[in-house]
Amino acid sequence: MSTARTLSRRTVIKGTGALVLSFSLSPSSWSREAEGAAQPQTGTASLPGSLRRDPLLDAWIRIDAGGRVTAFTGKAELGQGIRTALLQVVAEELDVPWGHLTLVSADTDRTPNEGYTAGSHSVQDSGTALRNASAQVRAILIVEAARRLSLPPEQLHTESGAVIAPSGSRLLYGDLVASISWHVQAQPVSQLKDPGRFSVMNHPVPRVDIPAKVSGGAAYVQDMRLPGMLHARVVRPPSYGAKLLDADIKDVESMPGVMKVVRNGSFLAVVTQREFQAVKAMQVLARSARWSESATLPVESDLRPLLLGLPSRDEVIVDTLASSHSQAPADGSVKLEVTYSRPYIAHGSIGPSCAVAKFTDGALTVWSHTQGVYPDRQAIAEMLHLAPDKVRCIHVEGSGCYGHNGADDAAADAALLAVAIPERPIRLQWMREQEHAWEPFGPAMLARARGSLDSSGRIDTWEYGVWSNTHSMRPGPAGALLAAQYLAQPFPVPDPQPLPLPEGGGDRNAIPLYCLPHARIVHHFLPDMPVRISALRSLGAHMNIFAIESFMDELALAARADPVEFRLRQLDDPRGRDVLSAAADEFHWAARPAGGNGQGFGFAFARYKNLAAYCAIAVQVEVNPGTGRVRVVRAAAAVDAGEVINPDGIRNQIEGALVQSLSWTLFEQVRFDRRRITSVDWATYPILRFGSVPDSMTVRILERPGEPFLGCGEVAQGPASAALANAVANATGKRIRDLPLSPQRIKAALAT
Amino acid sequence: MIDLTVNGQTHGIDADPDTPLLYVLREDLQLNAAKFGCGLGQCGACTVLVDGAPALACVIPIMLLAGKQITTLEGIGTLEDPAPIQQAFMEEQAAQCGFCIAGMMMRAQALLQANPRASDAEIRAHLQPNLCRCGTHLRILRAVHRAAALILSGHPAATHAAGASGQAGGAAGPDRHGSDGPSPAAPEDRLRPDDRDLSRHPQQRERPER
Repeated sequence: MSTARTLSRRTVIKGTGALVLSFSLSPSSWSREAEGAAQPQTGTASLPGSLRRDPLLDAWIRIDAGGRVTAFTGKAELGQGIRTALLQVVAEELDVPWGHLTLVSADTDRTPNEGYTAGSHSVQDSGTALRNASAQVRAILIVEAARRLSLPPEQLHTESGAVIAPSGSRLLYGDLVASISWHVQAQPVSQLKDPGRFSVMNHPVPRVDIPAKVSGGAAYVQDMRLPGMLHARVVRPPSYGAKLLDADIKDVESMPGVMKVVRNGSFLAVVTQREFQAVKAMQVLARSARWSESATLPVESDLRPLLLGLPSRDEVIVDTLASSHSQAPADGSVKLEVTYSRPYIAHGSIGPSCAVAKFTDGALTVWSHTQGVYPDRQAIAEMLHLAPDKVRCIHVEGSGCYGHNGADDAAADAALLAVAIPERPIRLQWMREQEHAWEPFGPAMLARARGSLDSSGRIDTWEYGVWSNTHSMRPGPAGALLAAQYLAQPFPVPDPQPLPLPEGGGDRNAIPLYCLPHARIVHHFLPDMPVRISALRSLGAHMNIFAIESFMDELALAARADPVEFRLRQLDDPRGRDVLSAAADEFHWAARPAGGNGQGFGFAFARYKNLAAYCAIAVQVEVNPGTGRVRVVRAAAAVDAGEVINPDGIRNQIEGALVQSLSWTLFEQVRFDRRRITSVDWATYPILRFGSVPDSMTVRILERPGEPFLGCGEVAQGPASAALANAVANATGKRIRDLPLSPQRIKAALAT
Repeated sequence: MIDLTVNGQTHGIDADPDTPLLYVLREDLQLNAAKFGCGLGQCGACTVLVDGAPALACVIPIMLLAGKQITTLEGIGTLEDPAPIQQAFMEEQAAQCGFCIAGMMMRAQALLQANPRASDAEIRAHLQPNLCRCGTHLRILRAVHRAAALILSGHPAATHAAGASGQAGGAAGPDRHGSDGPSPAAPEDRLRPDDRDLSRHPQQRERPER
């Protein structure tokens, strides 16, 4: 189906002299894929980045007769700055002026299918694809110019949208494109620019999306106003699995501005002319609705027994533990065994999810802040029994998502309503309580670590188990969409699958980067999901790094070793060692005073997924023994993200991730009773406010010119959490192993 | 019909008197800056100024606002002629997703209008009602300090002198106006309005960039 669309859209606009380069959509399978990881087409495995999925150059770059360059990416701007970074890559490798560049992103009619914008893959996959495609397009332009000038290509170079001859004569890209065929497969190897010559990459280019955001420009899907647009609100069930018995639909339909009340099974929504009319009608409808509910939720306070008690499918992911080591450590050396946990954590987007949809002539267009326009299109098409090529899904930015929040569900809601009221665009927005109660949370997790030291104070044995749900219940199948689960003919929730290593899901980063002579690591995958869950920034890496790096400190304490020195003892990876040392240096770790009496210092390190960016973080805290409150005084981070595209973009991501992770670690926990999610706003689900922001924070970026890009958008989540926990332990002498490190827990620990 | 004065202009608004101001700003007046975050007065994404004081537009019904001066982010400056707070947020690149940022800027604006010499502690305390989920807080603080410096030094002439980052953190900011570092975008290019227009021709939208 996507192939047919591709062919139908391959067009040459006549009369302009420009070859409008088409773009091809991969005939990709619609099977669900790991978080953001590329699924290569056959025969393209040697190509760089997402060129593996879509190997044709004209899927990525097109140049018109006026020399304007349009780049295409399947990745979406989520507030992480990806538009700016990708534009920098193209400007640099193609030698085009910034003002001649346009980027089209994440649109099922226009851009390559790059799956989800997830897993810190955007720069690694799309950035690499665009970089290589740009370099190859530039090389082709040089060859064409050489042919026209009857000169050897080696004598030509490019500059600012033109090929330059030794004589100084310039052939503009726009004048060269018409005679070149761009519908060609990319080559495995490109002639990339020497990083020493970069004038755009590795520079802090200001973000292209910020001006609209600081001036009231239309920057978000929430800001869309289409002609004839109607507004809608959904009445969500009060609890998971609740069934709608009845509601006063007729009364509500007589309210001012109400166009229609849409009911399909337990999916209930109202469409109005004006937005606040929708809110009021929703409230009346909700008050009148009667539901049958049941107690489907576990006891919130019993997370540890819950996670250990759920049926698990166990997979041993590392086993180098000789049988002699599984019993008792040799020669009476230190042995520790401890358990860590984290609760369910909300994405907590500041703006509730929103979508606009319009159904015309049997075709549906959905504007959504989804992370995956193609999978979302598939799910919506299946839900509505439409052919996928009758559904177009276009990404428009929303509030930051930090993973799979309500975006796809809101898109499905809007799609259902658009089909119910054709020809009119419908803008559907969730309420705060709906976002908080119905988003798929980051799963609760438990980790059990057992380790021993040899007589020289190095780790001898390491046994680790992590208990977790899957970390992706994203669309692809219609049953992943909330609305689809509540229709009169509901779609079943898909069977959860563990995400495969090396990226992993619950076991993401469960394997330490340290050298462990005897290790056994088990992923206890929990298929039952009493709470609705899916991907939250860094997936299982947050919990695993929190646990591993907490345990490293516990072992270091047992070994009477400095935490940084103890880590370096068992870390061979040279780039990891550099990052560790850089963070220690940035923080002046060696010069810190001794912890205790309420002042503490903590350190942690990880390489995200063991294959993306490296990050080490040090923090200083003060713990008030009277209140149990933690004040983060300062933090320092070091990061190695490979070749740097935008240093300020990396800094912004690390700073933000660090603060967000402090919030998770200190404050956050989804609350529920046996029937309902009870943390439904910012009062019942408090997050970090300015009063808890560190006094200062610094980020040191290690430059790795010529190395591959390493995604860094999620790398700080785990290290920040662990560094904070280690600092609290250092300050108080008490180790708290359950998140969040709430005042109640800290006071309780201090009382023991 | 209720007369509302927004950004110096009076509009006759035909909406129910209990309608929260936010819906009128966004729907009747087509102003984008104030955002719906919670509808509960808990997050500050909708912050505007009412008679110079920060107010939560998502919970104030318009019937309470007749005769008041309402100011939104659109009313304090434009990309062509940015207010110090706007210039400072751009220079500090103080946004990630940016959804909270307009509210942050308006609450900070209220403080700086009253006291451009506010201390770091005062700024933090003043911004306490506003939530940011991306963790951009330290940049926001730097931007507010920078805006204060711009105001005190007579914006906009003193842009280049406004290098002080205040107390809030030591991370280096992005390329500044007037810095030596090469930058593909001239300052005036960066400040040009975004020419995306989500209200027109969404099917053909090119999302042009500079």
